[in-house]
Amino acid sequence: MRLSKNTRKNLFVTAFLIAPIGLYAVFVLWPYLETFGYSLTNWSGEAPPSKFVGLSNYTALLHDSVFRTALWHNLLMLAVLPVITIVLAMFFAFMLNVGGRGSTAGVRGVRGAAFYRVVFFLPQVLSVAILIILFQAAYRPDSAGLLNGIAIKLGLTDAAHPYPWLASPSAVLWCILAILVWQWVGFYMVLFSAAMQSIPKEIFEAALLDGARRGQTFLRITLPLLWDSVQTAWVYLAIAAMDGFALVSSLTQGSSYGGGPDYHSEVLATYLMRNFLTFGKAGYACAMGVVIFAITLLLSMVVLRFTRRDSVEF
Amino acid sequence: MTIKTEEPPRTAAQPGAKSSTERQRRFAEEGRVLNVFSHGFLALWAFMIVFPLLWVVLGAFKTNTQIGESAWSWPSHWSFGAFSRAWSEGIGGYFANTLLVMVMSVTATMVLGAMAAYVLARYRFRGNRIVYYGFVAGAMFPVYLALVPLFFQVNDFHLLNSYVGLALVYTSFSLPFTVFFLHSFFATLPTAVHEAAFVDGCSHTRAFFQVMMPIAKPGLISVGIFNVLGQWNQYLLPVVLMQQQRGDSEAHQVLTQGLVNLMAAQGYAADFPALFAGMTIAMLPVLAVYLSFQRQVQAGLTAGTLK
Repeated sequence: MRLSKNTRKNLFVTAFLIAPIGLYAVFVLWPYLETFGYSLTNWSGEAPPSKFVGLSNYTALLHDSVFRTALWHNLLMLAVLPVITIVLAMFFAFMLNVGGRGSTAGVRGVRGAAFYRVVFFLPQVLSVAILIILFQAAYRPDSAGLLNGIAIKLGLTDAAHPYPWLASPSAVLWCILAILVWQWVGFYMVLFSAAMQSIPKEIFEAALLDGARRGQTFLRITLPLLWDSVQTAWVYLAIAAMDGFALVSSLTQGSSYGGGPDYHSEVLATYLMRNFLTFGKAGYACAMGVVIFAITLLLSMVVLRFTRRDSVEF
Repeated sequence: MTIKTEEPPRTAAQPGAKSSTERQRRFAEEGRVLNVFSHGFLALWAFMIVFPLLWVVLGAFKTNTQIGESAWSWPSHWSFGAFSRAWSEGIGGYFANTLLVMVMSVTATMVLGAMAAYVLARYRFRGNRIVYYGFVAGAMFPVYLALVPLFFQVNDFHLLNSYVGLALVYTSFSLPFTVFFLHSFFATLPTAVHEAAFVDGCSHTRAFFQVMMPIAKPGLISVGIFNVLGQWNQYLLPVVLMQQQRGDSEAHQVLTQGLVNLMAAQGYAADFPALFAGMTIAMLPVLAVYLSFQRQVQAGLTAGTLK
């Protein structure tokens, strides 16, 4: 029997979609949806039947001082990480592309730009486990740590008084933040750099003929034309700032999933994991997952909505 | 990554552009100062990235006492003893586990992702948009939203601490971006070849595997590299899904998880040279892939941020 053309097409479409959709629905979509439901129960994670408790997990979150500390730390990172990373990345991208010794129009890259690009991007491809071992050694609280070794060499401190770094309540969060900046700057440098190269040279040359200085070409031409990339960077860095699980859970003090000393580096993700896997409070952990989701969603919307500008086609 | 080196058109040669020559000289002057300045900063940051890495790799050749004494000690004799200790302490096993999972998950991600993206980009049918946006939406949500139920979902299939289970989860979580990226790629490919294949009596399936897949190779490579690096470096999912189960003798850990556990388990009886050697071993394959395909890697990873 010969099937009609349309039937064959439909069969083909179904056959090709069934496995990807099935897998995606089972392991991604359904768990996403379930989280909302479970966040309304006092589920311990053991037996499936659990009591519906309404919004009490969410009200409990409001009164949970550890949760509030963690939330505050995430918000702090949210405020600081994108700004520092974008400024540094933009600075380096500008240095790389426009800092060259141009004899005429200042749009030539520096020598060795390809080398810098490879090196700057490197932390992005390194596994977080490698970063953890690297920074554990660098932040060692005794004089044998890399950073303390440098500090002692520079005469900032002496071998008897090394900096505690990750063991210091006031510095620990900033140490984690520094790793994130170290990791991300190169990535956005490459992103911005590619965007800068797509700006037509004629625009710079025209500005030059009109007597523009380098600083002006950057502020008036490069930056506005890169606005889309900056906006994207902001959203993705905000998502990174809401995470921090891998670094905090394995670099900082604390019996399960770090967060120490004394909750000074606690973030939402580590507290979520502790509640789920250590305390067996699955429903409560789900409520935290929903909060992380809500903040991320809100942020993306705010960034995309309020920074919208007219885009230029070239 | 090429640097544009062509000379800009000599605008200064235009008649009556004397002040313009003046201006260009000043611009070049500024450029010289800026050049030293920019090289200084760029080199500093490059140093901040390379130096700590080299310092840790060097640590693999030191002795434990040397590492504990000073940051600036130099290996007294160069031996690879720490590397073989690291390997026998389990790095070899973690390595094999990771490879096994990734052979399954990357293959599945690419095949299933390409199939879905192709059908969604090239065929009109009811529900096409809903399926497409369903996939894309998955890329926007943080994993934490799904984490707790995911654990129990995987448990229901008896796939906790199983390589197949982890590979299936990796595949599922890689699909949104893969579909999104390949969808736009398939959509831009010329329709003529595709139609010619049908005129020649090619079936839908053959048209996909023998005509469209080869044309889509550049896109497949970009997204493939993206997935390889992403899954190789995954940490959160294995921490949750690959734990020791009752009945299992040991946890089937992947490399990232194994390294971190090795670090945590060491405590006071630390064997730092072995740990640093383990880190070096874990870094080498990534470094090799990155340095040989750095253009594709950078293009692939930054493409991930495009909306």
